[in-house]
Amino acid sequence: MSISDCLRSISASCTRAALLGLALACAPAVRAADAPPPSAQPLQPGTMAARVAACTACHGEQGRAGADGYYPRLAGKPQEYLYHQLLNFRDGRRQYRPMQHLLANLPDAYLHEIAGYFAEQHVPYPAPPPASAPADVLAQGRVLALQGDAARGLPACAACHGASLSGALPAIPGLLGLPRDYLVSQIGGWKNARRAAAPPDCMADVANRLTPADLSAVSAWLAAQPVAEPYAPEPAGSVTLPAECGSQTQR
Amino acid sequence: MKILISRILLAIVALCVVAAGVLYWLGTRTDDVPAAAAPQADAAQLVERGRYLARAGNCMACHTARGGKAYAGGTPIPTPFGTLYGPNITPDAQTGIGAWSADDFWQALHNGKSRDGSLLYPAFPYTEYTRITRADADALFAFLKTVEPVSQTSRPPELQFPYDQRPLLAAWRALYFRPGVQQDDPAQSLQWNRGRYLVRGLGHCAACHAPRNSLGASVDADALPGGVIPVLDWYAPPLSGDAEAGLGRWSAQDIATLLKSGVAAHSTASGPMAEVVQGSSQHLTDDDALAIGTYLKTLPAVPPVPPGGAAAPSAGSLELGGKLYAQHCAQCHRDDGRGAPPDWPALAGNPTVTAPSPANAIRMVLDGGFAPATAANPRPHGMPPFGQVLNDNDVALLVSYLRNSWGNSASAVTSLEVKRARDAATAN
Repeated sequence: MSISDCLRSISASCTRAALLGLALACAPAVRAADAPPPSAQPLQPGTMAARVAACTACHGEQGRAGADGYYPRLAGKPQEYLYHQLLNFRDGRRQYRPMQHLLANLPDAYLHEIAGYFAEQHVPYPAPPPASAPADVLAQGRVLALQGDAARGLPACAACHGASLSGALPAIPGLLGLPRDYLVSQIGGWKNARRAAAPPDCMADVANRLTPADLSAVSAWLAAQPVAEPYAPEPAGSVTLPAECGSQTQR
Repeated sequence: MKILISRILLAIVALCVVAAGVLYWLGTRTDDVPAAAAPQADAAQLVERGRYLARAGNCMACHTARGGKAYAGGTPIPTPFGTLYGPNITPDAQTGIGAWSADDFWQALHNGKSRDGSLLYPAFPYTEYTRITRADADALFAFLKTVEPVSQTSRPPELQFPYDQRPLLAAWRALYFRPGVQQDDPAQSLQWNRGRYLVRGLGHCAACHAPRNSLGASVDADALPGGVIPVLDWYAPPLSGDAEAGLGRWSAQDIATLLKSGVAAHSTASGPMAEVVQGSSQHLTDDDALAIGTYLKTLPAVPPVPPGGAAAPSAGSLELGGKLYAQHCAQCHRDDGRGAPPDWPALAGNPTVTAPSPANAIRMVLDGGFAPATAANPRPHGMPPFGQVLNDNDVALLVSYLRNSWGNSASAVTSLEVKRARDAATAN
């Protein structure tokens, strides 16, 4: 893979991460180019797997995550969370050109069905990549994720995303099994108004309180955690949110 | 001698003044405003008719921003002269057209002038909308009066000098704009006349399917010879009778099917046409869709713009392209290029693949895309993007292969063309 390809891959997939000085995508991108294509069953036209081939080209077979260390996993995420993201991309609340292009002509009902398809996919999580940060940074990340920082009004990730960070129905995503670059670029997106949820946007409030050091630490720790099965969103109503989140009532 | 020279100069100045006056008169004249159509007994019916016509004219494409309120404007319309923004046409009195009368609306649609008499930029296709009847304009206006009023100030155009000087539009209009309602041709059928009215009026097909000159005016608008859409860089194919690039091998019903469902026997709507099908043409009645097909089938064959016929690819590049095809495409489009229509379109004999301009085929490979979701095809299949795994040279080899396999024959594609398509895709 040439340097220009590598640069293109970065600019296409992790502009935010690059802006934040965390351009770690080159190495995984090289791995992706060398890896053989997934040994999928031949697609059959008319099946849902064939209809969403445009999604799995980047997000991996069954939405298990892309091989390039950036495209996030879709499999097993709550249907309403995935549906909101599809609406947000299509309607401009979340900015990523390839997604906007693909979704431009798709109606709500079909997007909801696509979200349901990926929510129903259950594939094992691979082992996380080795932690890419020093032990003291990881320790700081662990504290932020599980306890937060009350002095600064920062809730723990676990306060909304569940004690095991597996998310909750109907629309809170799990946070494990995601690449560090992806996590960093999402929080960066909220900080830079490139990603938004339905108002009141509780995640934007949290993101805006995170310092670059916080973000580096919490993303490093989250991305390094192994996923213990069963890892599934907690039932609806099991989490009492510390803030009002419009995303939980969005339709 | 001195007297002669000064007389000649005086005559030249006088001629210039007269010419400017004529230009100004031509560019600002208006058709007489015919009386508003007699109010219909059933106002609700008028509104419903207007709702249908607003869709047929795809008004929302420019007057509704992505994720925005219906008809509140804000959509950027990129042109070679700068960017214009569709204005707010909700019935808000301050920021929309709430204070307008039916005559004001007619003035805009038919004469290309705003309520205050200022000349409108022809990004608003009044060059076509002028053919709409007063009765249809009144129905559109009645419908727009019923949409939710939104207080949102319209964003002014951001045009380069001198295009930002609105009075200069008088000269443009003198050259390129003739107001006038479409008159039926008594020698033709009702269906043909209806089709022509829709194609040349509300449908404003020529906005994309005819090339534009250096001042942005459509050239050969009636012949619809196709062309590359400025800035967007998608290719709008000829709608004329050309057998290869145009509609020569389509039936009127094939055309109607594409408009209604987004998918036809030979082709699938993509790019800007997918938006048109999604937002507009799928809502046409069967009769109107067939009328459009009937009219288009009578357009003579004219050479497409740009003309095809550039160099064919070398045997070596075809072999490399074939390897890429086997690796990335054959699973769905099959070794013989026949695909599994309509879900996986055939590439053999596909006019998008062999079009005089390879722009659309390149864009499909780079960005993929879903066919528009329509009542006839509510859960379309999505073509995966390959721009993130194939470099410009690979895409050039691959598309050259598609254009010259299974009986297809078209010019080879260069990596420069792929780079341009990639740049255009990321810029818009």
